[in-house]
Amino acid sequence: MKEITATMAGTVLNIFAAVGEQITPGQEVVMLESMKMEIPIESETEGTVKELRVNIGDFVNEGDILIVLV
Amino acid sequence: MTADKKFPDPLNQYRKKIEAGGHPKYHEKAKEQNKLFVRERLALLFDDGKYEEDGKFANFSAGDLPADGVVTAIGKVNGQTVCAMANDSTIKAGSWGAKTVEKIIRIQETAEKLKVPLFYLVDSAGARITDQLEMFPNRRGAGKIFYNQVKLSGMIPQVCLLFGPSAAGGAYIPAFCDIVIMVDKNASMYLGSPRMAEKVIGEKVTLEEMGGARMHCTVSGCGDVLVFNEQEALESAKKYISYFPSSFKEKPRIIAGKAAIANRSLEEIIPGNQNAPFDMYECIDNLADHKSFYEIKKLFAPEIITGLARLDGRAIGIIANQPKVKGGVLFVDSADKAAKFIQLCDAFHIPLLFLADVPGFMIGTRVERAGIIRHGAKLIAAMSSATVPKISVIVRKAYGAGLYAMAGPAFEPDCCIALPTAQIAVMGPEAAVNAVYSNKINEITDPKERIAFIQARQKEYKEHIDIYKLASELIIDDIVAPSELREELTRRFAFYETKEMQFSVRKHPVYPV
Repeated sequence: MKEITATMAGTVLNIFAAVGEQITPGQEVVMLESMKMEIPIESETEGTVKELRVNIGDFVNEGDILIVLV
Repeated sequence: MTADKKFPDPLNQYRKKIEAGGHPKYHEKAKEQNKLFVRERLALLFDDGKYEEDGKFANFSAGDLPADGVVTAIGKVNGQTVCAMANDSTIKAGSWGAKTVEKIIRIQETAEKLKVPLFYLVDSAGARITDQLEMFPNRRGAGKIFYNQVKLSGMIPQVCLLFGPSAAGGAYIPAFCDIVIMVDKNASMYLGSPRMAEKVIGEKVTLEEMGGARMHCTVSGCGDVLVFNEQEALESAKKYISYFPSSFKEKPRIIAGKAAIANRSLEEIIPGNQNAPFDMYECIDNLADHKSFYEIKKLFAPEIITGLARLDGRAIGIIANQPKVKGGVLFVDSADKAAKFIQLCDAFHIPLLFLADVPGFMIGTRVERAGIIRHGAKLIAAMSSATVPKISVIVRKAYGAGLYAMAGPAFEPDCCIALPTAQIAVMGPEAAVNAVYSNKINEITDPKERIAFIQARQKEYKEHIDIYKLASELIIDDIVAPSELREELTRRFAFYETKEMQFSVRKHPVYPV
């Protein structure tokens, strides 16, 4: 199981992945908004999305799990 | 020099024995770890594999400690005179005895007298406990090595190539160097080994997790460049030193320039939307001579980019915000990273180019508790006191103290120039309107009316901070078309070549740390 985490504190602006979707390394999966900037979150590894841990509009802290891959 | 057949024995035999290093089983072990023998490393480092060695016969009478486990040498690298010390891990795991320490101190003294760079090729288990009275506490004991490193810092370039462990006190050799190049899987730095950590504090951890090369290059920031084998480490070190003069008394060499090659133009790369991410590396490709960019701390705090490059053959240091990572916001680690890089360049007369696209320093509980104010102060202090030519380019936005950190107008850059996409302000339009009109916005109940009000105030704000207005007020020195930027920077750095300034008269500042 692999986890994609927030690189910094912010709000979830968009989610570009769905449960069951195949993810490749470097793929943009979530867009956070922080400090008025759009912060793309990329997957470092490949895998299939098992779980989305956040919804659009949620506040997340640095290190919080956004997506779980298998 | 290597053994010469014209000399009669036993000199030749003695030399051969010393040059063979430790027992063959330790050579085999090193091979299994993809490690080169110390003399192979030095042969690859120095031009034509040639160097002069001092102290080859150190501890010769002991019989089993050839050169006392360290080779100290002088030779040429890229035609430039360079001194080196290199641990021999086939002899008592490269540990330090009294003669080892004395040899390292002497090569430091040689480098100081000659004012030439010093390379530390480290692969050592630390002190020989059995020799501690002779090598640890005395006036010319191991402490003197670190004392000398501090003394040499900024006088001559000090380069560390970490091929194996750098344990306990020995871990301070890399810490005092200008740059640390670490070989993945083999290099490590730690004060206490995993075994010691388990015994003393009960922590169970692997060496790789606690002090491995990747950890130090990505998390702790003690490592600057991660490489995958020793040959790559040596090539990397040779490229690095090519940007530097031999000492602070000289200026970097200017070589024949090369054109910049990029896939897209700056106009295509930089989005009009101030909040959208883009890749600053593409901008650097547009500015630096092709393949000249040598990045330092690529894997650490990647929201800021620091590296050496050439601009029409002239060595420069680039500090650039990376909007693609964490929005280019400045954090504790990014401030530290940029501060050290600025000090490095300033010490050796390497001009600085700041490429600003920065929303400011990060806010929130986590960074306040981590001391972002004092870390930010470190960056601003380093940037302020740098007296080399400094050019600040506002690529897109420069908000708040981010403008200050990136050599904004108050910090005496030789010029502060802007691309037409630039926006300079205490904060961006959205944040500013929210801050100033918060109560008023909340009072408007009709959503359409509220949006119209916000948009109108934002429009006013944008007009207020319009870059042409700032140029009209002489806040910035020029507005440059993206297609003209490289040529403009090349000409300006050439004009600023003769810059001389003393920042302040005093013993030294009280540095924020």
